[in-house]
Amino acid sequence: MSENIYQQGIKVLAAAEHGAGHVENADATVTQDNPLCGDRVTLELKLQNGRITALSHNVRGCLLCRAAASAIGEVAVGLLVADVEAVQMEVAAMLKGEALPDWPVRWQSLSLFKPVQAHKSRHNCVLLPFKALIAACSQRH
Amino acid sequence: MSFDITEFRAQFPILGSEVNGCRLRYLDNASTTFMPTAVLASMVEFENSSRANVSRAGHSLASKATDAYEQARSSVARYLNIENAEEVIFTPGTTAAINLLAYSFGSTFQPGDEVVVSLAEHHSNFVPWQLLRDRRGVHLKTIPLLADGCLDLETLDSLVTDRCKLIAVTHASNVTGAITDVDHVVAAARRVGAQVLLDGAQAAAHGPVDLPALGVDYYAFSGHKCFGPTGIGVLWGRQSLMGELPPFMGGGGMVERVTLEGNHYAQGAGCFEAGTPPIAQAVSLGAALEWLLALPWKEIRAHERRLTRKMLHSLQTIPGLRIIGPCTEEGRLPLFSFDIDGMHPHDICHILDQQGIALRGGHHCAQPLMDAFDLMATSRASLSIFNDEADIDALAEGLKQVIEVLS
Repeated sequence: MSENIYQQGIKVLAAAEHGAGHVENADATVTQDNPLCGDRVTLELKLQNGRITALSHNVRGCLLCRAAASAIGEVAVGLLVADVEAVQMEVAAMLKGEALPDWPVRWQSLSLFKPVQAHKSRHNCVLLPFKALIAACSQRH
Repeated sequence: MSFDITEFRAQFPILGSEVNGCRLRYLDNASTTFMPTAVLASMVEFENSSRANVSRAGHSLASKATDAYEQARSSVARYLNIENAEEVIFTPGTTAAINLLAYSFGSTFQPGDEVVVSLAEHHSNFVPWQLLRDRRGVHLKTIPLLADGCLDLETLDSLVTDRCKLIAVTHASNVTGAITDVDHVVAAARRVGAQVLLDGAQAAAHGPVDLPALGVDYYAFSGHKCFGPTGIGVLWGRQSLMGELPPFMGGGGMVERVTLEGNHYAQGAGCFEAGTPPIAQAVSLGAALEWLLALPWKEIRAHERRLTRKMLHSLQTIPGLRIIGPCTEEGRLPLFSFDIDGMHPHDICHILDQQGIALRGGHHCAQPLMDAFDLMATSRASLSIFNDEADIDALAEGLKQVIEVLS
């Protein structure tokens, strides 16, 4: 049900807008669109030795997309690119119905997206910021 | 014939179904509408009794199929109020129809020639002309929009020059619902000898089209928005113009004789219908248009006006809601795009869907229009003939629920 998707935790996460803004002299800037609904995520980051040292995003999208970007913005700084790729795959797997992975505490907010499993047309709303993040990391590589 | 909405709705069994445990309220007719039982039956009847390829074999079944196919062409001609059914070209849809014209007519353009479109165009009437621009060095100009989403046709005086070959605009916007002042467009084109294409994908679903009165040169529309099946559409073009154009796709059916040295192409519509056409779909489109032609249009237009008035009033009572399009009953189709402060259309439409209410949230394949309004997307409620006042009441209640959930 929609109430599950739009639970308070998701709304709080989206409203917090962790990481929203602009990174000066970014190493990589990527814009990703969701062709279904026109949502757009622009993500900027700096990398040093394969580790994210700064990250920002600008999202024009739905609540789920903004919440996912905020979840990334909350924890991404300090992560290795390999960590990011692993988390993106785990989120995709969770949306496909697999059991919640044993995420470290700082990724716990991702479990808020579990109810989206039942709504396939919304999976990309959650994944779009992750796709932008992976693309930005690849661009820098 | 009188118009009883309850009896009328009974022709669409799908309206009695449930979605997410709620009665279906289908308000996405601008995307695709339903087929009435009579049209469905025509498709089954054709497949059961007349299935064969057309315009090829001489056996009896093939003759029967060809007759049905050509009868459908005549039905399209009747719906468009044109005398010559040979001017009707079957295509897979509006998109294919416009691409056909862009390739065929476009191949005669020279660098520096001009095509004028508007910012309100569906991508189907935008991208083919961008591709032509890139292929042929054609200049693509765009008519801006007024604040209510109507085309700013006063700009035509400066936009349309003697290099203009074609003005290609929507008959009615799939986002704003605004109906284009076609007389103004045709007058501007005629001043410089340019031709006019109307994208009728939305307008054709709301009643028979009087092409001679419109005075345009080309018209395109789709079957699936006109109570027919998917995979079929129409390009109409004046024979005096289409007869001069080169073929678009090559293959069987569009040639009279093929030799190693060169070919003789079929005359009329056949020149543009290469390969086996979507036969059952064309026959069913013909049935849908005959079904439409038999409806009591005076009563239906009154019904649509009542629904438009109610919808405009209903939406305007929602706090923070802004209608993207004209807020008038006249000069518009019964389709309504709106934006609610701080709420994304994808979220709005998701919550409505949980209540069985089907709307489309997105850019509606009209991103230049979205950019003009500085929007990424809108929510759109689009009505068909079978919608009733209860559908609008359900939407109003649904939007209250949306605001409660998202606030």
